[in-house]
Amino acid sequence: MAVKILIPTPLRHYTGQKDVIELHGSTVREVLDQLVSQHNDLKKHLIGEDGKLRNFVNVYVNEEDIRVLSKEATPVKDGDVLMIVPSIAGGILGTHDWIRI
Amino acid sequence: MALSHEEIRRYSRHLIMPEVGTAGQEKLKNSSVLMIGAGGLGSPLAMYLAAAGVGRLGIVDFDVVDFSNLQRQILHSTEDVGKPKLESARKRLHGINPNTQIDTYEAKLTSENALDIISKYDIVVDGTDNYATRYLVNDASVLLKKPNVYGSIFRFEGQASVFDAMKGPCYRCLYSTPPPPGLVPSCAEGGVLGILPGVVGTIQATETIKLILGVGHPLIGRLLLFDALKMSFRELNLRKDPQCPICSDHPTITSLIDYNEFCGIRPQAEVEETSDELDALALQKKIERGDAFVLVDVREPNEYSICHLERAKLIPLREVQQRMNELNTADEIVVYCHFGKRSQEAAKELRQAGFKKVKNLKGGIDAWSTLIDAKVPRY
Repeated sequence: MAVKILIPTPLRHYTGQKDVIELHGSTVREVLDQLVSQHNDLKKHLIGEDGKLRNFVNVYVNEEDIRVLSKEATPVKDGDVLMIVPSIAGGILGTHDWIRI
Repeated sequence: MALSHEEIRRYSRHLIMPEVGTAGQEKLKNSSVLMIGAGGLGSPLAMYLAAAGVGRLGIVDFDVVDFSNLQRQILHSTEDVGKPKLESARKRLHGINPNTQIDTYEAKLTSENALDIISKYDIVVDGTDNYATRYLVNDASVLLKKPNVYGSIFRFEGQASVFDAMKGPCYRCLYSTPPPPGLVPSCAEGGVLGILPGVVGTIQATETIKLILGVGHPLIGRLLLFDALKMSFRELNLRKDPQCPICSDHPTITSLIDYNEFCGIRPQAEVEETSDELDALALQKKIERGDAFVLVDVREPNEYSICHLERAKLIPLREVQQRMNELNTADEIVVYCHFGKRSQEAAKELRQAGFKKVKNLKGGIDAWSTLIDAKVPRY
């Protein structure tokens, strides 16, 4: 048993296309630190230069936003599901692409 | 407004349901919905809303139909390629239900026109996939106290929710600021399964109809995540952020702002060739002059097999770190991708690793096809 981390499609590039990664840890932060140490390229997408989770990346433990729990210090236990949900959109290519969904 | 005999026949499958009935159908007839975008999400959305008998449908879009749209934007047909999307949308929707009034706005939604346009409708449905417009639609809906039916897609994954700041969180409660440009690949770069916007747009249409009828449990305070590959739905709880800059009790945003600036979008300067990048014409000249340089394609192998430039070496962006040793730091290197964004990232990684002469092809292979060689297919 471990904590199951669900990796969303846009970030699977940085986890060797893995969509589920199981890790051990007692808090969200511990688990995330392990995740980015195993998948170095993922770090800049999750953690800002200030060392905190980026504000366009939300983390949920069993369907609940960690911001309403204890943020990165939220405790996790075996069997918990940790979900990373970044904002998804395009349109950063310039004015022409903004509507090309 | 009572229903005509023709409408009673048309909506009979609604009328016999107690959850809709004549009263509900009249609510639909008296309702008005504004859609931002007549693309992948907007297509099924518009068609179902018109079919369901929504009285007035506003569409904001300024794009023309492209061949690459037809894989998912089912409002438009092959014969519509090159024509404004509003034209084909109007034609198609009128065919489905001539009772629905279609208002078209051939414009980009901006801070100047958003409040004026949105205020004329009961509900807004965001079918764009662009941060600047998404925050604009969110903020304008909060300021006007209108529900905003949200949908977003990426490759095989979709999200949907209903943001109604009067009853629950808004988009800024979820994400207060967008990622800086370059950190998240866009739809055009990442690709999208054609059916995916069909699923998500139909969920948006369902939520819109439920809001009008006042039945069921709307997606307010819930984020629905859809994974087409696993064919699974998940649901996350969304909470109102007590510090939300726009929908909390003490908002810091009380009018619309400059959303391009907010999202870090700067107008692109006209450059032909600098030390960091070059355009397709400059690359052509470089090839004609016989300059010595290495051409690197950083797209995925499946994209490379659709088309690539002659002599291009394939190193997908995600492999650049491991395969740098295949390149020589002293060589001049030109990197390209589909539209020029992934290659910008690759160029950055190479420069950080000590490559001195790395240039990014502006606009990618798409610009090459458009400006230089039409034999290279666009996708």
